[in-house]
Amino acid sequence: MIVQTLCFYLFAAVMVASAVMVISARNPVHSVLYLILAFFNAAGLFVLIGAEFLAMILVVVYVGAVAVLFLFVVMMLDVNVAELRQGFLQYLPIGGLIGLILLVELVMVAGFVITAPEVGEAVARVPMPPPEQVTNTEALGRVLYTDYVYLFQASGLVLLVAMIGAIVLTLRQREGVRRQVIAAQIARKRSEAIEVKDVPSGSGI
Amino acid sequence: MWELTLAHYLTVAAIVFTLGMFGIFLNRKNVIIILMSIELMLLAVNINLVAFSWHLGDLVGQVFAMLILTVAAAEAAIGLAILVVYFRNRGSIAVEDINMMKG
Repeated sequence: MIVQTLCFYLFAAVMVASAVMVISARNPVHSVLYLILAFFNAAGLFVLIGAEFLAMILVVVYVGAVAVLFLFVVMMLDVNVAELRQGFLQYLPIGGLIGLILLVELVMVAGFVITAPEVGEAVARVPMPPPEQVTNTEALGRVLYTDYVYLFQASGLVLLVAMIGAIVLTLRQREGVRRQVIAAQIARKRSEAIEVKDVPSGSGI
Repeated sequence: MWELTLAHYLTVAAIVFTLGMFGIFLNRKNVIIILMSIELMLLAVNINLVAFSWHLGDLVGQVFAMLILTVAAAEAAIGLAILVVYFRNRGSIAVEDINMMKG
């Protein structure tokens, strides 16, 4: 138990630190790398409370897809970082104030939840099976493909729309690019492709 | 203190969510960092859902955490695509320059 808690503190500390670095790093590339670190630590936090499947999905989807996408875009755009950093401290007071208020409110909400423990097992719609018998992945699959199959399909549709939207947005037809036109290639005749010249010997063409 | 409770997770999630929102305020010019801050906030929401799922012994929280993951991925893809198109047209990603539709 104590090892678990120590692991929690380690993961949480690294995650909060890397979250701070995400929003304060000078170079956007460093921000993305710290974001990846934060995602890894969140996956560790998930593993600690037995949500292994979500932890692995977090690593695969966030680190493998989203963060790499961010990395691509950050490196592809030629952004003047120093210019974007101007006025960095201008919004620090108001942002800090709002952040502090929000943090205090959220922690108060958390405290309220903890003082009302009777909101417990009674509301569980899909009770978690004991991990000795059913793995987390299997239990999640049993729920996801039966009770929540419509939501599953809807999320697939969301991904499809996102994929098509991203392609449609970023696709562009460049002018003046010489492309292969297969029909024109096939329709060529011998008469228009080659020309036989009769070259008399001793003089050029 | 040495017992892992829901409060631990809620506190971490609250801190990360606040940091995400703080990042939006702090990086008012850089849209990429703003998108990353939104990802951080969604991650905090996911931590909340999974923590409550563990606390209540209810799997539904993890199902919905997965749906949030999906939406976050879609949002990042679309957001970055818009960003790329915008940069291609204007040569800048500063938030203050995004005012073409102001009239």
